[in-house]
Amino acid sequence: MQQSLEVRSAAPNRFLGTLKLVGSAPPSAKFGMVIVAIYALVALLAPLLAPYGEVEVVSRVPFEPWSANHLLGTDQLGRDFLSRLIFGARNSISIALLTTAISFVIGCLLGVFAALVGGIVDQVISRLVDALMSVPDLIFTLMILSIFGSSVLNLILIIAVLTSTRFYRIARAAALNVASLDFVEHAKVRGESLLWIAVNEVFPNILPLILSELGMRFCFIFLNIAALSFLGVGIQPPTAEWGSMVRDNAALINMGDITPLIPAAAIAFLAIAVNFVVDWLLNRASGLNDDA
Amino acid sequence: MTTKSHPILSMAASRIGLGLLSLLIVSLIIFSAVSFLPGSYASAILGQNATPAAVAAMEVKLGLNRPWFLRYLAWLGAAATGDMGLSFSGRPVMALIGPRLKNTLVLASITAAIAVPLSIALGIVCARYRGRFLDKFLSTSTLASISIPEFFVAYVVMMVLAVKLQLFPSMAGIRNGMGLGEQLYRMVLPILTLLLVILAHMVRNTRAAILSVMASPYIEMARLKGEPEKRVVVRQALPNAIGPIASVVALNLAYLISGVVVIEVVFVYPGVGQAMIDAVRNRDVPVIQACALIFAAAYIGFNLIADIISIVSNPRLLHPR
Amino acid sequence: MTATPSAPVIDLVDLKIEAKSNDQWSKIVNGVSLSIRPGEVLGLVGESGAGKSTVGLAALGYFRPGAKVTGGEVRLLGQNILDIPEEERRKFRGTKVAYVAQSAQAAFNPAYRLMDQIIMVAVDRGGLTREAAQKRALDLFHALQLPDPRNFGKRYPHQVSGGQLQRAMVAMAMICNPALIIFDEPTTALDVTTQVEVLISIRKVIEDYRVAAIYITHDLAVVAQVAHRVAVLRYGEVVEEAPIAQIMERPTHPYTKSLWAVHEMPVGQGDRHGKGAPLLAVTGLGAHYGDFQVLTAIDLDVGRGETVALVGESGSGKSTLGRVIVGLKEVSSGQVVYEGKPLPGTIRRRSLEMLKQIQIIYQSADTALNPRQTVRKIIGRPLTLYQGLRGARREERVLELLKLVELNETHIDRTPGQLSGGQKQRIAIARALAADPRLIVCDEITSALDKVVQAEVLRMLMRLQERLGVSYLFITHDIEVVRAIADRVVVMQDGKIVEQGGKDQVLAQPRADYTRKLLDSVPDMAVGWLDGIVAARAA
Repeated sequence: MQQSLEVRSAAPNRFLGTLKLVGSAPPSAKFGMVIVAIYALVALLAPLLAPYGEVEVVSRVPFEPWSANHLLGTDQLGRDFLSRLIFGARNSISIALLTTAISFVIGCLLGVFAALVGGIVDQVISRLVDALMSVPDLIFTLMILSIFGSSVLNLILIIAVLTSTRFYRIARAAALNVASLDFVEHAKVRGESLLWIAVNEVFPNILPLILSELGMRFCFIFLNIAALSFLGVGIQPPTAEWGSMVRDNAALINMGDITPLIPAAAIAFLAIAVNFVVDWLLNRASGLNDDA
Repeated sequence: MTTKSHPILSMAASRIGLGLLSLLIVSLIIFSAVSFLPGSYASAILGQNATPAAVAAMEVKLGLNRPWFLRYLAWLGAAATGDMGLSFSGRPVMALIGPRLKNTLVLASITAAIAVPLSIALGIVCARYRGRFLDKFLSTSTLASISIPEFFVAYVVMMVLAVKLQLFPSMAGIRNGMGLGEQLYRMVLPILTLLLVILAHMVRNTRAAILSVMASPYIEMARLKGEPEKRVVVRQALPNAIGPIASVVALNLAYLISGVVVIEVVFVYPGVGQAMIDAVRNRDVPVIQACALIFAAAYIGFNLIADIISIVSNPRLLHPR
Repeated sequence: MTATPSAPVIDLVDLKIEAKSNDQWSKIVNGVSLSIRPGEVLGLVGESGAGKSTVGLAALGYFRPGAKVTGGEVRLLGQNILDIPEEERRKFRGTKVAYVAQSAQAAFNPAYRLMDQIIMVAVDRGGLTREAAQKRALDLFHALQLPDPRNFGKRYPHQVSGGQLQRAMVAMAMICNPALIIFDEPTTALDVTTQVEVLISIRKVIEDYRVAAIYITHDLAVVAQVAHRVAVLRYGEVVEEAPIAQIMERPTHPYTKSLWAVHEMPVGQGDRHGKGAPLLAVTGLGAHYGDFQVLTAIDLDVGRGETVALVGESGSGKSTLGRVIVGLKEVSSGQVVYEGKPLPGTIRRRSLEMLKQIQIIYQSADTALNPRQTVRKIIGRPLTLYQGLRGARREERVLELLKLVELNETHIDRTPGQLSGGQKQRIAIARALAADPRLIVCDEITSALDKVVQAEVLRMLMRLQERLGVSYLFITHDIEVVRAIADRVVVMQDGKIVEQGGKDQVLAQPRADYTRKLLDSVPDMAVGWLDGIVAARAA
């Protein structure tokens, strides 16, 4: 804790500092940043980049092979595969981002709250979180979605709630750590309210730690949604989503056609890229880069 | 040691208590999820065309007219004895799941039996040669492979080994009539895929667990006593890392469980995961409940074992003042 | 390899070491040359950050991750061990040169019995059989005066006390009969009464076994008892090196002289008690942690404008008493009376007006100041909270307070990370003063500071008291500090007050046995003090 609280001397110019930081990143992290930027661009500009519409049926023949008109052929319903791949970036990433944001807010608020209030409130929330975490996420999500139905809203909510348990754990632990420090105790002795302490004393000090968790959780959420869609309970047709694109076209694999693997590879690439960046930031924060 | 209760016993008892509490809360969540089911449970069983009278009769038969809490207790009691009730298809849930449970157990245990020792060994090697090429290579490649979706791994494995090289069958449909050799042969691809998926997680976390022990002052002290690096890792760090490693392994079995579901679907392997996905598609709630409860109980059980291992391996608890 | 009797055991020649922090290499050892002959003990004295430990570890040919040698030699038994590969260097450690760390609790592996750990090196690489090694360990246990030596080795590290464990580590270092031992602050983490025992043991084995040693410490009084020669280290350079008697009597370098700063502070006015009703009166107070009674029947007064020193070793309950007074810990019996009115037990039940009047300052300013706030916010917050000051008026008052603690406006935009240890503690004092309190509970507030800074802060506190008339309840374990600033002294042991009275009476004519033991255990700034203790015990 002591270490992570250490303040780096403020750079005279934040922007310049950031540039320098990026410059000092190892190749894997730089590679990650480039890939993430490309994905972001594709997601933002999807309608401009895609040659055809997301749900537009362009061919009467399903599984049309690669051609000049349809660079990656067509899917099981005769829609342009490349276009769906591009729109898929937008759908998959935005849903995962939204889910991450919701779970981050829920988890951190509850975590800091439980750490500062303590006692029975902390006990009850922590037990509940333990119970939720004692079922593998995928199993829990499958169960809830099969009962409530697989709408995008349900999907986002259930995954957000389940992932918030991770943020809760880490935020609570970090907040407990900080709360045991003298400056928090001093604020109590001074007569500050719990809310003031949470906002002014605790939160700024746990932010760096929980932010690095954010990147990692985004990856897990992203992979989870893909897996659910692949299993047929995630994002529902006709929305283009990478996981379900793999499932819908899986029959091609037995014929030796690699097209269905492309969306799967797209998922993997983004997750790898994000993890490379997160890993570098984590190492930097814990000072593990210094030796070796 | 003394006539008073040993701290290990009381610690272990409290962990078992917490595990049971978790299981209880989980079962409560799983059970009460049904009450959110649109439409009544009885009409779901009888189907769309059931008459109101038939529905009412079914409700009485299933005891749905009793208070919610009594129904939960009855359900829990039955589940404890292995009776998970009737599926919406009318057959007992356990008759559906039972044989598949065995298949999944075989698949998971073979994978775990290979993955656990292998990943601990690799984790130790990484920690020992920290920062060297091997460590960097394994760190980067495992980081990459935890980011790859399970089904991608599965299809690549299938594409290469089954479709292109035709070494193994792409479908792992094993049946009771098959000989053991044939069954194992068909299980190679699912096992290989599962291994690739969970090894990466386990190696990373074992390495981290050992490295965090390696940051202790007594490790520096061992170096200052001139102990060779190999002995520092094996003799000084490892005995203290047993607990953390056990927890890491148990936590990572979650990836095994969710991996099993996806991989059984890809390779059409007749296990519980497959059954659960089928039930999810048919919205056969009793089967889903049973599967969820089995997976949750298994996971809670693993973590309990890990907890107890770390308690027992802690000298401070083992040899109280 | 074989050294002649007069050849040095170790020669550090113009050693230069750099360390990496915040992606920059900085010099932490800058051309240190030292030489130690067989049987000689060299004291390495310096304050935090002087590079003492780095030099000590370099004598073992060991460098912490992130540190590298940039020049010089380490000649151990005639061989420059910086020339040989790490694998060869390693073989010297444990057998030829050994190390005793500051915290034995952290340095012993919790997984092994003491005996197994102590003899490990001797059996693996020292060429001793298990039995021979155990025999030698047993001899060392005797020499180190460990209780029940026969069964001592069967215990696990967590089963023995801190002082015993520290001696066990000395046994571990001695097991292969090394030519040189590095003691790195071996008694710093101990209470004074335990420190004496460990010091006696360490000196006895050094003499019995005629081993050469480097004794690293920040405490001149301690080093005067064990070392033959002293090197004073500052900013990675040796500023003075001389036989111990010469250093103690005629220090030449100004920095060495400054190590006496607190010791030479004028002894304060003495008893100013008895002017009017006390500001704070604690009567019949008791407190528990669970079933454990931490405080029993505490009666204590603090008068207006006086300083009461609360003295005791760790576990005496002195800090808990401070926490009770500020409302962080609830009492189980008795009460705290402030200005004639009983104070509610907890912060929640005290009004803002009550909270403002009693402030607390902590030992470690590193954890007492929020690292993400600027000085402006740290000092300004109590002004807003208690007096409703905002904007320019608040800014003005913050600057006044900074001036009061002898800082200036250039510090206002800094965060604690950009301040030195002494400056941070001044900010913490300014924050307490911002509330305009009547009583400040000072919990070991100078123990983390270097001697010179300690003296400056203490003087400042006394000036502030004269100016503002504030009372201090000064919690400390350091008798030197008590001597410098207290009016009255309260001595605590095991949650009870064993003695209280005017400073002159308690320090000069202690009535309680424990007070006497405590005072006797504090090393004098003089060579031969420990000899006196040992002689008195033998008599």
